[in-house]
Amino acid sequence: MAKMSASRVAGIVREHEDQILLDWMNRQKESIATRRDLMNEPELQRQSREFLNAFVAGANGSIDNIHAPAWRPALELLNRISDSRAMQGFSPSETATFVLSMKQPLFTQLRKSVSDVDTLAEEIWTATLILDSLGLYTMEVFQKSREGVIMRQQQELLELSTPVVTLWQGILALPLIGTLDSARTQVVMESLLQRIVETGSLIAILDITGVPTVDTLVAQHLLKTIAAARLMGADCIISGIRPQIAQTIVHLGVDLNTVTTKATLADAFAIALRRTGRSVTAARGEVRDAKAQGSAAGAEA
Amino acid sequence: MERIPILKMGTYLLVSIQVDMHDQLAMQLQDDLTTRIAATGARGVLIDISALEMVDSFIGRMLGNIASMSRVPDAETVVVGMRPAVAITLVELGLSLPRVRTALDVERGMELLASSIAAAERDDDLADR
Repeated sequence: MAKMSASRVAGIVREHEDQILLDWMNRQKESIATRRDLMNEPELQRQSREFLNAFVAGANGSIDNIHAPAWRPALELLNRISDSRAMQGFSPSETATFVLSMKQPLFTQLRKSVSDVDTLAEEIWTATLILDSLGLYTMEVFQKSREGVIMRQQQELLELSTPVVTLWQGILALPLIGTLDSARTQVVMESLLQRIVETGSLIAILDITGVPTVDTLVAQHLLKTIAAARLMGADCIISGIRPQIAQTIVHLGVDLNTVTTKATLADAFAIALRRTGRSVTAARGEVRDAKAQGSAAGAEA
Repeated sequence: MERIPILKMGTYLLVSIQVDMHDQLAMQLQDDLTTRIAATGARGVLIDISALEMVDSFIGRMLGNIASMSRVPDAETVVVGMRPAVAITLVELGLSLPRVRTALDVERGMELLASSIAAAERDDDLADR
């Protein structure tokens, strides 16, 4: 019985392909009417025709299992369509509608072609089942590609938020922004150590101005990074400790005595310059001299 | 029997670890190094581990021990050229080697040795007066 109805659905679709396509297109046009910016009609027509062909091929092979080999072309097509729609920014229901909106034209056609009521009910039931599972499959793929996008963004965020900058020859700075967890500490540590080797830097400044809270775990992560840098022969300075954070650190009993800490990045940079044997002097010596002379002249007068 | 060579350069001893350290080798090095410090009266020891790719807790502890032992007969020890992966491993193992002096490369290690020995001598002179 199932085998019989299988051949009927496939046969009917193939026979009245143009009619179904026309009907289906009209329905879809309504649904994408608001999304003209994302998809044009010829494109939709092409996708729909391809899907109908693949549907006939699949239904010919097996009508009740979309994981049968005969359905592979149809699934691949849905994969592609779903992927591209996820990228284009279609909503989940708009994506699912692509497959589900085929029901109505198909059922209309079935009603025209099948006269016996029992057979008709049977056919409609079979067609519903298969279209539902195709619709669900579309959703799954859609979800997966969205997850892929989110994962990639997370990764990018992770890399973006841990830049190692060279402040001066031999002085690196690591402005930390956001919460420090184990995964980020790992990335921070690796990129910092790598840069230390590449640049042969002696001093690294960890600036935690952008770290919202420091608890024992974050402090431990910081100390680990500092210990690893020290093992490679580079000294670390922590800067950007806000008053609240200073209080928390003391309250928590975190021992930062072994580490040089400074209030601002500027202070840390100054001490780093001094340790590497450099100094910063004002270039406007003449201006000051001129002023001094002026005041001396004023005193004489 | 495999051995890690110890080179004498003036008042310094140079050790470059070019092979994968195993436990026996580390014990041997510790033995040889203390003997050589005693024999030569070296003031500084420089251990280059830039070719060392893998460490375990034993080797990590050994590095710390060697540094502490050479300090007893008054020889400063500097470990140079540790790789990032090795540093991360040691820290994760809980061995941050707080008493070992470190430097990025051999050149900087030599500078560090020279300056710290000079500082120690200055302190001695001051104490003598």
